[in-house]
Amino acid sequence: MEKSRLDSDAEMLFEQPLDILTIGLDGFADDLSKLEVAVTQLDWRPPADGDPVLADLLSKLGS
Amino acid sequence: MECIEQANQRAVDTMLAGDPVLVDVIPAVDAIPELAEDKLILHAGPPIEWERMCGPMQGAIAGIAVFEGWAQNLNDAMSQAAAGAFNFQPNHHYNAVGPMTGMTTRSVPVMVALNRSSGNSAYCAINEGLGKVMRFGGNDESVLKRLHWLKDSLAPLMSDALKLSGGINLKNIVARGLTMGDEMHQRNVACSGLLLRELSPYMAAVSTSKELLTGSLKFMGGNDQFFLNVGMAAGKAIMDPARNIEHSTIVTAMSRNGTDFGIRVSGLGDTWFTAPVEMPEGLYFPGYSEDDANPDMGDSTIVETIGLGGFAMGASPAVAGFVGAGAASDAAIFTKDMSEICYSQNPEWTIPAMDYIGVPTGIDIRRVVEIGVTPTINTGIAHKKPGIGQVGAGVVRAPMQCFTDALHAFADQEGVS
Repeated sequence: MEKSRLDSDAEMLFEQPLDILTIGLDGFADDLSKLEVAVTQLDWRPPADGDPVLADLLSKLGS
Repeated sequence: MECIEQANQRAVDTMLAGDPVLVDVIPAVDAIPELAEDKLILHAGPPIEWERMCGPMQGAIAGIAVFEGWAQNLNDAMSQAAAGAFNFQPNHHYNAVGPMTGMTTRSVPVMVALNRSSGNSAYCAINEGLGKVMRFGGNDESVLKRLHWLKDSLAPLMSDALKLSGGINLKNIVARGLTMGDEMHQRNVACSGLLLRELSPYMAAVSTSKELLTGSLKFMGGNDQFFLNVGMAAGKAIMDPARNIEHSTIVTAMSRNGTDFGIRVSGLGDTWFTAPVEMPEGLYFPGYSEDDANPDMGDSTIVETIGLGGFAMGASPAVAGFVGAGAASDAAIFTKDMSEICYSQNPEWTIPAMDYIGVPTGIDIRRVVEIGVTPTINTGIAHKKPGIGQVGAGVVRAPMQCFTDALHAFADQEGVS
């Protein structure tokens, strides 16, 4: 079966040195660091600490 | 919500246009006529009744009642206060501010900061120095004696000197102080010196007593925090014209009474949004620990409201160590964090060590709630028992609940649900 273009791109991606950006749990970055992979953890939290009511208000108030 | 952006821009423009000048020192009753009535005592923070006041606040009230001659002694003052003999109101309701307990009564001399841009004035008492002082709940003979000297000696001399000087431009002093390592809350050594340098020739010119002049210069020059109260009056004078701008989410006041922390938001009028005040984390004078500490207190957070104090920590690496906030190299992180919750920066108040960025200006309650970062405040720490005074200095955060409550109220007002 012929490889899809997506598969080819993925293979090419892993054939070169990786610089990885992670968002979310610190564990994602920690595991990669232990494997000596260059990784940057983005300091991000969901708006209003994940409170859906406040997040909805904020979106309506233009924040 | 374009109207919110326009309103916030107007609020911040009003702040940045603020031009406070120290013009006089007068009895508080001359600045606030209501003080002539009903044994009115103005205190720091949002409104609070006697029963809920912390120890230092009750101690200061007892002391100021004796100072005014309303009570024969401290015990008598405490009994009268509990019986409802005094009328308690926040400084903020009368164009005034006061550090820590923030006592303002009819005879207390207040410094007058005139905002030449908007024409309004704001008032703050003279800083008493460190240690056992009334703003930390001190109320013994030495505290009252100093208050009488401030009223009868230093205040008239400063008043005459300020009149002769034509007023001291405070915006300039703050700008220079930022380049000299002050953040204007827990470090005022540069600004205090600059103020003294500008005022002392006029004090010498008007003084008729060598003893008074010597004592006054010694008192001012020996108090590294003398400028704190001056900066607070300037802050109040800057912020008041930014109040009551419809649709604005900019914070116009942050204040604490030792029990509650309160904020006011421009578009929400003069409503206080309060939550239990938090305990500072910091360093203690020898012999004291966090077991002795009172929760956060004072109107001095007006300096953070205008972008100084904890917001300008990057200008003052020395203060980071003094308040136990970490290494000197951490100071800039506080300023960067505060930039995240502010609408703008102040191009006239810049921080050389941070490539001359302006101090963060205009706290936006939407940003605070969205990113979950509350204002950082540099603060003194009072002993929790009345009459002892300052026991340390530290850093405290404004409670998030004040901002989430304000956001809900703002959304209701805007018809957003």
